[in-house]
Amino acid sequence: MKNLIAALIILFSSLGIQAQDEGRVIPGVKVQDINGVPFNTDQIANDGNPIVISFWATWCSPCKRELNTIADEYPDWVDETGVKLIAVSIDDSRNIQKVKPYVNGQSWEYEVLLDPNGDFKRAMNVNNVPHTFLIDGNKKIVWQHNSYSPGDEEELYELVQKLANGESIN
Amino acid sequence: MKGLKTKRIEKALCLLFVLMQAGILTLQAQDKKDVGEIHGNFDMQAQYYNIDTIIGAPIVDEKIRMNAFSNLIYTRGKFSAGLRFEAYHNAVLGFNDQYRGNGIPYRYASYTVDKLDITVGHFYEQFGNGQILRAYEERGLGIDNVIDGIRVKGSPLKGINLNGLIGKQRNYFDVGPGIVRGFDAEFRVNELLKKFESSKTRITLGASAVSKFQDDNNSNFTLPENVLAYGFRGSIIRGDISLNGEYTYKYNDPSLDNNFIFKEGQAAMISAAYSRKGLGINVSAKHTDNMFFRSDRNNNSVFNDLFINYMPALTRQHTYNLAATLYPYATQPRGEVAFQTDVIYKLKRKSKLGGKYGTTIAVNYSLAYNIDTVTQNDLQTTRQGYKTNFWGVGDRQYFGDFNVELARKFNKKFKAKLTYIYLHYDMEIIQGLGGKPVVHANIGVADLLYKINKKHAIRTELQSLTTQQDQGNWATVVVEYTYSPHWTIAVMDQWNYGNPDPSDRFHYPYLTVGYVKNANRIMLSYGRQRAGIFCVGGVCRVVPASNGFNIAITSSF
Repeated sequence: MKNLIAALIILFSSLGIQAQDEGRVIPGVKVQDINGVPFNTDQIANDGNPIVISFWATWCSPCKRELNTIADEYPDWVDETGVKLIAVSIDDSRNIQKVKPYVNGQSWEYEVLLDPNGDFKRAMNVNNVPHTFLIDGNKKIVWQHNSYSPGDEEELYELVQKLANGESIN
Repeated sequence: MKGLKTKRIEKALCLLFVLMQAGILTLQAQDKKDVGEIHGNFDMQAQYYNIDTIIGAPIVDEKIRMNAFSNLIYTRGKFSAGLRFEAYHNAVLGFNDQYRGNGIPYRYASYTVDKLDITVGHFYEQFGNGQILRAYEERGLGIDNVIDGIRVKGSPLKGINLNGLIGKQRNYFDVGPGIVRGFDAEFRVNELLKKFESSKTRITLGASAVSKFQDDNNSNFTLPENVLAYGFRGSIIRGDISLNGEYTYKYNDPSLDNNFIFKEGQAAMISAAYSRKGLGINVSAKHTDNMFFRSDRNNNSVFNDLFINYMPALTRQHTYNLAATLYPYATQPRGEVAFQTDVIYKLKRKSKLGGKYGTTIAVNYSLAYNIDTVTQNDLQTTRQGYKTNFWGVGDRQYFGDFNVELARKFNKKFKAKLTYIYLHYDMEIIQGLGGKPVVHANIGVADLLYKINKKHAIRTELQSLTTQQDQGNWATVVVEYTYSPHWTIAVMDQWNYGNPDPSDRFHYPYLTVGYVKNANRIMLSYGRQRAGIFCVGGVCRVVPASNGFNIAITSSF
């Protein structure tokens, strides 16, 4: 066990020095679009504009509260900053058939991806939903937030505006 | 023996890390910029247990128990490797106590070259809807049937995806005895055939075969050592309409679950949806018969150990405490026929009924019955058990749920959501508790959110459950105050005011304080927790009552 821990520490220290702080690129994982067509997450793009990736599920109340709140403001967000929100549903086969009716029923304008076996969730190290990521124009993850409280969307939008203006958010 | 095994794994891991390290150093020499990235997460919950026998809380000898895990994933271009460290000292109440001690029960390496995708070690996987195979994790419930073996995926032609795998499933800190072999093929007709390329109708077809091998070590019967299951699925989408179906057949698979009958198993699911802006409709039905499919025929644990297939309930997944944890439904793999209709409609903004911001109405109705069967005489039929009338609805209703939800934003400050639920719940069947009644319950919930200003908000839930059966009436009050983006403070009280036995009319108060910063969250709670059934996705975990102090930390980097 001691050897194992030592090996791990050496490994991480060398990686840690080199690889952190620059922001992570979105990992490429196979998910589905809202119609079940395979989609690789390394294809996520928005012409150099900011991207918000929000993990949610139809059974998650705070997730729906967050996305429904943003939905009211979303047209303004897009006009002002060119941001794109991608709502990644982690609903499994129990509820996956309800995702499209729900999204349309709520008139969401978001791009929706389906991650029924949690592959993208795992690759993004999401513990639980809602979990929101902010991606800059270079497709680097620059910010993330777990859980949702009313008002959190305002902090998110301030950061989106900063990115759109070319400011650093750190 | 076990010690030896662990040592061997440790040695192997050491070697892996040293190799990765060497690789990184070489890479650093070659190309200073791209050494790859390492990311991960951490999750921990620990509980201090008070003695509280009147609510039936078990006495915990250790007083403190803790579950924790951390994932570490290394990626560089098309290469990825990772592991998960897990620790249970000892597992918190409600988890199987086979989770004990530390270990690295998850490690893998994978890479993609051209159209080939290879994984060695542990991997999660789902074929189709998971009706025939689903290896997945639900950490909060202690469910993890990940496969340890080899997986190769490929796409020989645009529009065709092939997937083959072999391995053994995780069983706590060990693996199950059976070997699982699976193959899946998916065809997207529009990409394959020129004729359909620009068609508005999108068609996808799939086929899978999964087989398991386990030694026949039974002295009473001659059991099949290889059990094959196969399945087909398809989906058609045209504009606003979609149709989706899957069928699975499993050859005879005598097991402890089905009392060692030599009968085949079948599962079928069909689902249709229509949606446009402001309206979504989904109708589905399924038939399940003798579909226990585990990689160990001698395991019938209630903790969902070693299941190869996944069979979620065809019902609405409730989130409000009383509806979600007192009487939740779980699929009966032994046999059931179930139906569900789900409608969501949004009344337009600025309309007479819809109000300024619009109003959402959601209605859901689901039913589950036993299957229509005829018992067979075992002596005359090679132990078939019974005969099934495919899609035949039996005469015993297991479950019924009718619910309506209205959600409306009145102004910038105030939002309300009202829910009504009627439940029909056969405890004897669903919870396997002989002599328990069928519960008929009416549940009402008012969820009110008031935004005081930009950052401060207060939310309350008023819940009521009334029933003549089981523990009688319940009420729950939740008050939650949030200060965005960091703080949450919540109090909840559940009160079993209608318990038929007046001395059992307990209160279950619970206080939570949470702090969030970016992807880090820490939560402290104190109070009583009622015994209940906690579900995520389609699977549930029974949690005994407890009283105490709880700390939970989650973090991602």
